[in-house]
Amino acid sequence: MTQNGQDRPVVLEARGITKRFPGVIANDKVSLTLRKGEVLALLGENGAGKSTLMNILYGLYHQDEGEILVNGEPIRASSPHDSIQRGIGMVHQHFQLVPVMTVAENVILGNEVTRGGAILDLRRAAEQIRTISRQYGLEVDPEALVADLDVGAQQRVEIIKALYRNADILILDEPTAVLTPQEADDLVRVMRTLTSQGKSLIFITHKLREVLEVADRIVVLRSGRVVGETTPAQASEASLAAMMVGRSVLLQVEKDAAHPGAPVLEVRGLCVRDDRRLMAVNGVDLEVRAGEILGIAGVQGNGQTELVQALTGLRVPEAGVVRIAGQDTTGATPRRISELGVAHIPEDRQRDGVVTSYQITDNAVLELYYLEPFARGIVRDDAAITRHAEQLVKQFDVRTPSVHVPASSLSGGNQQKLIVAREFTRDLKLLIAAQPTRGIDVGSIEFIHNQIIRKRDEGVAVLVVSAELDEILALSDRIAVMYHGRIVATVQNGELTREQLGLLMAGAGTAQQ
Amino acid sequence: MAQAVEGRTPSGPAGFRAIYERYSPLLVPVLAVFTALVLGALMIGLTGGDWLAAYIGLWQGSFGSPRAIADTVVRSTPFIICGLGVALGFKAGLFNIGAEGQLYAGAVCVVVVGTVLQLPPVLHIPLGIIAGALGGAAWAAIAGILKARTGAHEVINTIMLNYIAIRLTDWLIKSKTPYILGDPADASGARTRFIADSARMPGIPVGDTTMLHLGILIAVALVFLADWFLKRTTVGFELRTAGVNANAARYAGISVPRTIVLAMALSGMMAGIAGAGEVMGVRYALNADFFSGLGFDAIAVALLARTNPIGILFAGLLWGGLLTGARLMQVRAGLSIDVIKIVQALIIMFVAADQIVRFIYRIPQRRAGEETMISKGWGGG
Repeated sequence: MTQNGQDRPVVLEARGITKRFPGVIANDKVSLTLRKGEVLALLGENGAGKSTLMNILYGLYHQDEGEILVNGEPIRASSPHDSIQRGIGMVHQHFQLVPVMTVAENVILGNEVTRGGAILDLRRAAEQIRTISRQYGLEVDPEALVADLDVGAQQRVEIIKALYRNADILILDEPTAVLTPQEADDLVRVMRTLTSQGKSLIFITHKLREVLEVADRIVVLRSGRVVGETTPAQASEASLAAMMVGRSVLLQVEKDAAHPGAPVLEVRGLCVRDDRRLMAVNGVDLEVRAGEILGIAGVQGNGQTELVQALTGLRVPEAGVVRIAGQDTTGATPRRISELGVAHIPEDRQRDGVVTSYQITDNAVLELYYLEPFARGIVRDDAAITRHAEQLVKQFDVRTPSVHVPASSLSGGNQQKLIVAREFTRDLKLLIAAQPTRGIDVGSIEFIHNQIIRKRDEGVAVLVVSAELDEILALSDRIAVMYHGRIVATVQNGELTREQLGLLMAGAGTAQQ
Repeated sequence: MAQAVEGRTPSGPAGFRAIYERYSPLLVPVLAVFTALVLGALMIGLTGGDWLAAYIGLWQGSFGSPRAIADTVVRSTPFIICGLGVALGFKAGLFNIGAEGQLYAGAVCVVVVGTVLQLPPVLHIPLGIIAGALGGAAWAAIAGILKARTGAHEVINTIMLNYIAIRLTDWLIKSKTPYILGDPADASGARTRFIADSARMPGIPVGDTTMLHLGILIAVALVFLADWFLKRTTVGFELRTAGVNANAARYAGISVPRTIVLAMALSGMMAGIAGAGEVMGVRYALNADFFSGLGFDAIAVALLARTNPIGILFAGLLWGGLLTGARLMQVRAGLSIDVIKIVQALIIMFVAADQIVRFIYRIPQRRAGEETMISKGWGGG
């Protein structure tokens, strides 16, 4: 598998693809080839043009210049439907499944198996799905409801959907972003099985470790251009990161030992219900001291979201006590909590953290708009707001032509920097950072990590919630592992290995208790 | 990438692009009006009328003479004020279909203040307007409170409150045992007593029948006040933020339920003031079928202006002008008033469903987030 495979036939080729959007060249003469039975990793930061390129290959966009050849034949993919016909399938980062339908129904949706032209033949569909499952080691029950499946299984359904439509080329868009380390290992195994049976894969990611693990070849994109092509044998994490960013990057944050002070955040017996009224947080005890970083590790959907919402006042807890800086804030309003010196980097920045249609100025004062000097009485002081925004943009290196452009025109990384700038420049006692670097580029990650550590060193208590174990390991002084609404372990960083933490995150070890 | 990709503007010289950026929000409404007029002309032609004569009549009847202009202005005043109210709701992500009911609620309060109290005009007129404002605000706040407290959708509740307001007004006017608001001196029993002279708005008579009353000045003042309120005050910022992204508003410490109630009340307040203007400036009494759809036309005006307060001034004048000019248009081209109504309906269709206009004229989509305010009201938000 690791041989270069130059002799294998080329199944997909892109030649000089250029795609322009106003003010941006998303793809600039991008060329790449995919050979039969290989995993081609497409590596690049957010905004590097990976998604645009894939959307062109998949027929969602049309290129301005260049051509695409499938099995040597030039094509004009004008819709995803055409692409599917030509054997190109895509597994999106956000699954396109109907939760209330069964696996079989989801798989055949749009391509139904019928009897007599009108009656669904779900039994035959289920049989076909079982065949695919067995052939590629994609374990899933065709009769199960999608809503009942875990994320890993939902992803397998997505892959089966593509295989069911006879895809020979599979595009996997950030497939590991939502998986536990163990699920990610399973996915790697599936990818190997697929390639061994002649399928060809394009694997889009920004995680360097995975690329080195599964790819046969690696193409690196930066600012819309192919800046290099390499193989795992020739590359290292550091060299890949440097190619992605265009300069060398510190992958490990440097930090000194913590000097914890008095407890700032104390949580006792916290129970929180989610939107479906289920107990998402079930008796959590936590303590974060001034000058330390507590990292909460866990696979998404194990109650971290609801925990953070309860701590920041966005959700009223069912039971338990939250104390911040000595004051009872159980069920307090977001404003009261914020005024106690609590900053919150929300996990979904586009939903909570910025108003994308607002200019940077308004976003820079999103929680401070009513305070001096940004308002006098109820009248806003636009000049003061603009000055503040300009200062934040400068100080935190938010890349933008002006503070008077809508936040939607910023890249994900720059939106996040704007949020970090806004939150970090307040007078802080406690910082709650949920997924602080999700979906942003390596350069911005480095910057934000350093800022978080600087806050810790200034004596701020920091709670970091992240689904990325690497991030937890890089930042935390102590690590708490959350599983099914409970904290299943709290350890000093370094006490447990990656693998041991991964097992705890997956629920192993809870049985012994 | 996805965000950066959404906005597409036509490429071209920088100067052209700057002008386009500046005026592009006007493009769709203007083209919508234009397209509707073209289709209207086609329809007039098909029904055997003379479209040119019809449109000349429309122009002369609405803006062609001082009297026509005065008529148009008087006619437009309630559309402008009421349209502002609907727009304030849209800004907060609320679809207030209840302007009609809020008009009645305001007008009833004005009639009470105008018939019961005896005051000098300098007090009576402001008091009448305040009564109208409070009546409309209170009526709309009911829907706001229901939404804030229970999540009940304002569209359904404002429609129901419309029925209640209209029927209640009807009863208040027509009840004869005892007379409540009805005028015993009026044989038909279909209107309230006239308000006192001291509560009538001053104005300039134009021609024999038209009184260009103070209302338009109030409307213009409210337009600029609303614009200032939305852009320059913290409360306006809260309202807009709750409308465009309720999650971010909550995150920012804004009380979304309180903002909903406030926005509904402000929205209804405008409708109430519009009702006050009609009672105090035009009819001096209230009929049960007085407003006949004004509150719904106000939604159209707000949409035509894309909820921009300054735009509403012009959209309201256009709306009033179309209605005022319809009479002469009818006479000149021998048309039915229905044609005007159809042209109006076409305008709204083209503006509200701007994809149609964008498709016809190949105008690229607007940026994400730009039009959330209008579309949001329809959802389950």
